[in-house]
Amino acid sequence: MLEVKDLHAAAGGTEILKGIALTVNAGEVHAIMGPNGSGKSTLAQVLAGHPAYEVTSGQVFFEGRDLLELEPEERAQAGLFLAFQYPVEIPGVTNAYFLRAAYNALRKGRGLDEVDPMDFLDVLEEKLKVVEWGPEIMSRAVNSGFSGGEKKRNEILQMAVLEPKLAILDETDSGLDIDALRIVAAGVNKLRRPDNATIVVTHYQRLLNYIVPDYVHVLSGGRIVKSGGKELALELEARGYEWVEEAAGVV
Amino acid sequence: MTETYLRQFESFAANGGAEGPAWLPQLRRTAIDRFANVGFPSSKDEEWRFTPVSPIVRGEFRPAGSATVSREALAPFLFGHPEWPQLVFVNGRFDPALSVLPTLPNGVQLGNLATALRTDGALLEKHLSRHAGLEGSPFTALNTAFMRDGALVYIPPDTVLERPIHLVFVSSPDAADTVAHPRNLIVVERGAKASVVESYVTLAEGATYFTNAVTEVYSGENAWTEHTRIQRESERAYHIGLTQVDQARDSHYRSFTLSMGGAIARHNLHVRLNASNIETLMYGLYLTRGDQIVDNHTAIYHDHPNCHSWEVYKGILDDRSRAVFNGKVLVKPEAQQTDAKQTNRNLLLSTSARVNTKPQLEIFADDVKCTHGATVGALDQLALFYLRSRGIQPDVAKRILTYAFAAEVVDEVALEPVRETLNRLVLTRLGYTE
Repeated sequence: MLEVKDLHAAAGGTEILKGIALTVNAGEVHAIMGPNGSGKSTLAQVLAGHPAYEVTSGQVFFEGRDLLELEPEERAQAGLFLAFQYPVEIPGVTNAYFLRAAYNALRKGRGLDEVDPMDFLDVLEEKLKVVEWGPEIMSRAVNSGFSGGEKKRNEILQMAVLEPKLAILDETDSGLDIDALRIVAAGVNKLRRPDNATIVVTHYQRLLNYIVPDYVHVLSGGRIVKSGGKELALELEARGYEWVEEAAGVV
Repeated sequence: MTETYLRQFESFAANGGAEGPAWLPQLRRTAIDRFANVGFPSSKDEEWRFTPVSPIVRGEFRPAGSATVSREALAPFLFGHPEWPQLVFVNGRFDPALSVLPTLPNGVQLGNLATALRTDGALLEKHLSRHAGLEGSPFTALNTAFMRDGALVYIPPDTVLERPIHLVFVSSPDAADTVAHPRNLIVVERGAKASVVESYVTLAEGATYFTNAVTEVYSGENAWTEHTRIQRESERAYHIGLTQVDQARDSHYRSFTLSMGGAIARHNLHVRLNASNIETLMYGLYLTRGDQIVDNHTAIYHDHPNCHSWEVYKGILDDRSRAVFNGKVLVKPEAQQTDAKQTNRNLLLSTSARVNTKPQLEIFADDVKCTHGATVGALDQLALFYLRSRGIQPDVAKRILTYAFAAEVVDEVALEPVRETLNRLVLTRLGYTE
């Protein structure tokens, strides 16, 4: 589904990603872990097409298409979704309007008719259950005045509505209390299917108790320095990141 | 030119200007003398530094004559509520046929100034030109010299108006090269409650004419006044407006102003808090394009303790247009426990658009909470990326964010039909067709 080859990326002239290689197949959950500043969030944002980053070399294929050639909205229409680490507040736009605009944009991209507000309510009813929310959240402005936990739940709600093939969760666990973490993780698990895939970017192993990965990759200094199964996450939790970085000769 | 108006005044004074109560001719004479003395402002005048009035000064505008406007032509400006109590003025003159004067609660007066000057001198003497003095802008003096018609709204004590009152000032299709000086008085007495909408609209789109309006508002003790001012003049017209508000203790005044018309448009909103425990809310939106210059000057005078003022003005500027915002907040030494917040935010849709924004806080009390903030910028790139990452096309994402920027103040319009109309106006202006 996703193939990243020797990806280099920079922000403001500083190279942050220094040769990432990663393959993700349908049905898989990959965890990308690493210390602060290792480039985890940069990788997530580069894949979504964040304009602050410049890809300096390498290739990324998504469902056989050259992802780096696509605009952010085209990537979304191709089935890629980034759950933001810091979801953006948009005062003045209701969640209902925003979600319908996104839903219809994807439908339009696939040659389908747009749905009207009434029909969209039916679509939403099921999706709200994924994050254990009632309809009242739809009349609030997007993320505006939301708590940290509400913002992350809102990201998962968007994911539920847009049904991506590949979801990248960028530090979705940061700043969540245990209840919010449980709801968010349960939401992600409900959305898992054999034909979609998930990349979980996280600093801590905690989230991986709920969203169990098939593969764990350790990112350090802009490179993946170690990959393994879900047991690697537990080892990182117990021993920290230094031993991996030392073994890889990063520090 | 100043002389043109002085000449016009002499002929007016000898004619219609002679009517009315005994004190009126003297007031007019004092006003024209004041205007003759100070003349039109220039860019050297701090109050007018960024707003050139020379095109208005150079323009030769004749007093607007009577004209007729059809009910159908007026319909689009009535927020879908032609049945609201409504005073209509065509080129500044009262049109009884277009106005709607239903039975109102006892003691409520809803009528035009020209009639009231003949019949109700006492009420007018108490208020007219008592709030908007002659020492302010020369345009106010000019208006006072020439005032002959406008709206009179009087709500007696403890009277609640269920429906809003709509004051409509429409320019007829043949209004080019005319000047009108509408003069309005809104009095909401102790414990009364009213919502007044004041609309300046045009059927002379593309024509150059001059509206010089003054509205005086008195909000009595514990009165609740909601005032919505819609300025949709021709984009080649000149519009100078003053809203002068006096608030008594425990009163609430809420203002929303929309400015989207005028080649040069200036609105001053001055609010004096004459006692304690007053609440004042001021919201504003300006939408500019082409070569428009739109200027909003607000001033709030915190003269007494325990008052609360809250102000949010927002602008969306396109093309080569320019906006000016000046927000004065004056807090006297005795005005302790003042809570005043002012915000001015500007969104530039074009690199050629410009904003001059100036918060002006003068605080002489020490136990107060006063804040202000002004921003000028383009759309938030991060927000744009957020929307695009959800599959939304960039042009649609820009419109959504621009609309949202405006919606934050439009949502503060309490009257739902007015709010809906404003939403539509904003959407249309932003090129939305949905």
